[in-house]
Amino acid sequence: MVSESKKVLYGLYNDEEDLKSAVKQARSAHLDILDVYTPFPVHGLDPLLGLQESRLHIIGFIFGAIGALFGFGVMTWVFTSDWPILFGGKPYWSVPAFIPITFEMTVLFCAWGMTITFYTICGMWPGVKAPTLDNRITDDKFCIAFDVSASSDGQVDQLKGFFSKSGADEVNLKSM
Amino acid sequence: MSQAVAPVRHVLIEGDKSYHRITEDLVSPTEKAPTREWMIAFTIAAAFLGLYVFAIVWTVWKGIGEWGANRTINWAWDITNFVWWIGIGHAGTLISAILLLFRQRWRTGVNRAAEAMTIFAVMCAGQFPIFHMGRVWLAFFIAPFPNTRGPLWVNFNSPLLWDVFAISTYFSVSLLFWYTGLVPDLATVRDRATGFRRKMYETFSFGWTGSAKHWQRWESLSLILAGISTPLVLSVHTIVSFDFATSIIPGWHTTIFPPYFVAGAVFSGFAMVQTLMVITRKVLKLEEYITLNHIESMNKVIVLTGTIVGVAYLTELFIAWYSGYIYEQFAFYNRVFGIYWWAYFGMMFCNVVSPQLFWSRKIRRSIWWTFFLSIVVNIGMWFERFVIIATTLARDYLPSSWSYYRPTWVEISIFSGTIGLFFVLYLIFTRVAPVVAIAEIKSILKVAGSQYIGPNAKHQHGTESVKKQDESGH
Repeated sequence: MVSESKKVLYGLYNDEEDLKSAVKQARSAHLDILDVYTPFPVHGLDPLLGLQESRLHIIGFIFGAIGALFGFGVMTWVFTSDWPILFGGKPYWSVPAFIPITFEMTVLFCAWGMTITFYTICGMWPGVKAPTLDNRITDDKFCIAFDVSASSDGQVDQLKGFFSKSGADEVNLKSM
Repeated sequence: MSQAVAPVRHVLIEGDKSYHRITEDLVSPTEKAPTREWMIAFTIAAAFLGLYVFAIVWTVWKGIGEWGANRTINWAWDITNFVWWIGIGHAGTLISAILLLFRQRWRTGVNRAAEAMTIFAVMCAGQFPIFHMGRVWLAFFIAPFPNTRGPLWVNFNSPLLWDVFAISTYFSVSLLFWYTGLVPDLATVRDRATGFRRKMYETFSFGWTGSAKHWQRWESLSLILAGISTPLVLSVHTIVSFDFATSIIPGWHTTIFPPYFVAGAVFSGFAMVQTLMVITRKVLKLEEYITLNHIESMNKVIVLTGTIVGVAYLTELFIAWYSGYIYEQFAFYNRVFGIYWWAYFGMMFCNVVSPQLFWSRKIRRSIWWTFFLSIVVNIGMWFERFVIIATTLARDYLPSSWSYYRPTWVEISIFSGTIGLFFVLYLIFTRVAPVVAIAEIKSILKVAGSQYIGPNAKHQHGTESVKKQDESGH
């Protein structure tokens, strides 16, 4: 895959409260944030960034429903049409006895479906090289990044001004 | 997201930590060369694992006639050990899933290690039914797939098959939950590493960046996995108890089994978590993350579940008498006063009497008492399973087939060998991954750190920056 070189200007903050107020300022100044990186999930950040709630749980429900139907369907097919066997004079289609396995299949499909979806939409798999801006982002730095590939010097200076005004500890430019 | 906050909050992170300090403390055990204690522990565990491999090869080569199980007592140590290990696993899911839903913050100190324990315990548990099959090379017959034998399908009405589905689902979902939680922390390890280690952790951390959107999805995923793991963990031991409860053997055929088994599983699991945590926090110097408050909380769970188990034992006896059914009455009379009376009284003492000591706050907060009682509880829970299985089978309907069971060296080797397997896996885990969830600890620092709450608090909660306090503190 050919990846285009991108120039990223990013600022590092020392605390999640500083980060949140900086994001607020950037949004009100209509600066186009590329992404925000944090060492742990910062609560209250999503609405400030204008991120919509994740729809991952809908996928989970769909996969769970498929699992339930699949599990129950296979047992029904096997015991009523493919190879019916009489167990202790009970009906072939013994629904209560199918419930435990149906439940387990629901959970199994839901968990695997959601997890695989999560890694796929995040673009994460073994062998993916993370475009790490700074090693300390997974440690104690909170990062706001701007894409400046197509920006003029004046716009870059404006962003730098924003970083120093909002209390960034460090500002760097990186091509990736 | 607004969170419900309990009015009484305990300090869960001691020592005025900054975010960077947390990273240092929790990642450094994976970066240093193994200590001498680790090497010694690993050697012993590996020796037991070797014994396990030998005994298993012996069993497969010669057949399960090498075990002490006989025609009357056909489920013996193997199923006892299976249920014991599965039960131990339950505490990990309880801590990681149910306590997440209840928003118990103390879970963050211990959830990673407890979940690892779950996965390793389930691996140990799986060995027993698989090798009890005898002709283990035909073990794939338990999987329902279109085949050339008819197609002959498995019996979906059988609780033993439900077990296959429950245990394998439980194992794989626990693994997903644990590993997904681990990915951001592996990225932290990656970003501090160089050379080959960096390459390795780059692969294992799947290219995690810490982007806000990814965190949002990660939290959503964790919450749903916790939500489905909760009924899952309850279903697993319920189904394990169905192995007994749906049979028509007096002493097994009781409706109290599912809740009683689940409570017992949580009980033994927490005891095992305590055993491991008390050692881990000392050896890896994590006393400021796995504090006495954590240990006390877990001891409270132990006294609660131990008491539930005690009530279940007494209920069983009462119902056996009250039923007026002589076979049931005989089964329970025999369980208490029969040939295995020592196992019954051992179980009663270890599971019901000994945890009552935890009503004392002093004992609850004592490391030595906790460690000692956690071992006692684990022995007691092993006895419980042995009592249910062996005493019941030893005296069945026909006095001519009454029998006695004692294990052979092969069974003893396999059981102690799985303990070796468990500790080999756990010790490797402490070397390659952070034992405490780094990102989660950071996210509760401002509501549970000793500099923010408690008697030594220096700061108003959540308003000042960690960096500033770092500067003023030194």
